[in-house]
Amino acid sequence: MKHNPRAAYLALQSCSVPSSLEPDHLSQEQLAYLKTIKHFQWKVRFLQITGFLLFLALWQFLSMTEAINPFIFSSPSRIFSAFWSMLTDKSLFPHIGMTLFETFLSFFLVLTISITGAILLWWNNTISAVAEPYLVVLNSLPKSALAPLLLVWFGATVQMILITAISVVIFGSILTIYTGFKETDPDKMMLIETLHGNKWHTLRYVVIPESIPLLFGVMKSNIGLCLVGVIIAEFMGARMGLGYLIIYSSQVFP
Amino acid sequence: MNPVLSLSQISYKYHTLQGETEALREISFTLNQGEFLAVVGPSGCGKSTLLHLIASLLSPSSGTILMNKMPLSKSKTQIGYMLQKDHLLEHRTIYKNILLGLEIQKKLAVPHLLTVETMLKEYGLSDFRDAYPRQLSGGMRQRAALIRTLALSPDLLLLDEPFSALDYQTRLKVSNDIGGILKKKHMTAILVTHDLSEAVSMADRILILSKRPGTVKKIVPIHFAKTPASPEEARSMPEFTDYFNLIWKEVKHEA
Repeated sequence: MKHNPRAAYLALQSCSVPSSLEPDHLSQEQLAYLKTIKHFQWKVRFLQITGFLLFLALWQFLSMTEAINPFIFSSPSRIFSAFWSMLTDKSLFPHIGMTLFETFLSFFLVLTISITGAILLWWNNTISAVAEPYLVVLNSLPKSALAPLLLVWFGATVQMILITAISVVIFGSILTIYTGFKETDPDKMMLIETLHGNKWHTLRYVVIPESIPLLFGVMKSNIGLCLVGVIIAEFMGARMGLGYLIIYSSQVFP
Repeated sequence: MNPVLSLSQISYKYHTLQGETEALREISFTLNQGEFLAVVGPSGCGKSTLLHLIASLLSPSSGTILMNKMPLSKSKTQIGYMLQKDHLLEHRTIYKNILLGLEIQKKLAVPHLLTVETMLKEYGLSDFRDAYPRQLSGGMRQRAALIRTLALSPDLLLLDEPFSALDYQTRLKVSNDIGGILKKKHMTAILVTHDLSEAVSMADRILILSKRPGTVKKIVPIHFAKTPASPEEARSMPEFTDYFNLIWKEVKHEA
């Protein structure tokens, strides 16, 4: 039998194989099918890793033969030795710690604010009608351009870094969650009404549970964007953190 | 007989930016305790709107609806509503889905839970209480939705084309199942359907609505010489075809 490994791979990701099926209950064809999928997964993993290693090797080679300027482009080995020395003298950890702390704190703040905001918009038609155009405009604003302004307003403080990170993510996050809330099946909302439930019940039993996959998707993209926001803010004004370290290193040549 | 429900001169208009649509005009009828009424009519004649009004999901533009001689807003009677699809919540087990109405109305007390327990056994869902809706067949899902509705012990049950989302064979079986259950419980019920044979096989009376704006065209009482035990049996009785043709003749002109 011929299988399309890509389709099979996608199918496997979207559903889990029932655990009750023991290998000895499976037919030869089913075993062969599972083997093709395993094989495909290994192939993908293998190509991902070798691709990366090849890239590093090429970079190292070009740098060593001076086909690219090693002073400007550096090389994997020099980066690794710098990394290693900062690990051994433990000077890297406070910076990583600070950036992680700021990223996670801003992430949790964004999550809380955007879920509350989306609920508010969903709850009240007037609020959503009034606020929606503002949110769209604020979302399309280049937030990194605001960072210098925030620096002036709040100074080189942790608060400034958190506010910058939050401002990068928050508007898009609220809009995405609110759009998801709005797409709730109106028939399911009617069901709650026929059971004499109110708006709060609709939110609790239908809207939020049905938005869980969406919330996970939003969280996934938020955590990355929070890191971006934190690094931008650390560029501007910080005494610690990876962003600060990058700016510091680019100005102080060894 | 004392009427559970009585509608007098009910009219309803929809308002949209495009204008006003008269959906129902001066609908009047009464429903007695334990009676099963089917509502048929061409599509768009306001069949579902009628149920929405009785369930207070909408309020009529004019006219009054009395439940046990009280205005709807004041009457404490429970009205159960079954929709076209089962709308079981996928993130809850069958048991938790069935308890949804009781949970919302804060009635998770022992007597109600015992009723649910009995119904689970009676309708063959005991083994599936911890299963999730997607693991059940269409017919079982619809039975779970029925238990969810009956768990609140409604005085009146509204069925809004509850079988139309099922394929034909399942539909015959489920309508037979559910029709039998409701007959046995002597439920007072209103069934909205576009399937005339379903209406004839299940109802005590059939209300025929005209095309929009919906008015009561005729109310036909259904009498079988020998009371059928189930909708399936009703379908095989000699009077079935006569009633079917009679209703069809009325509806045909409206379509």
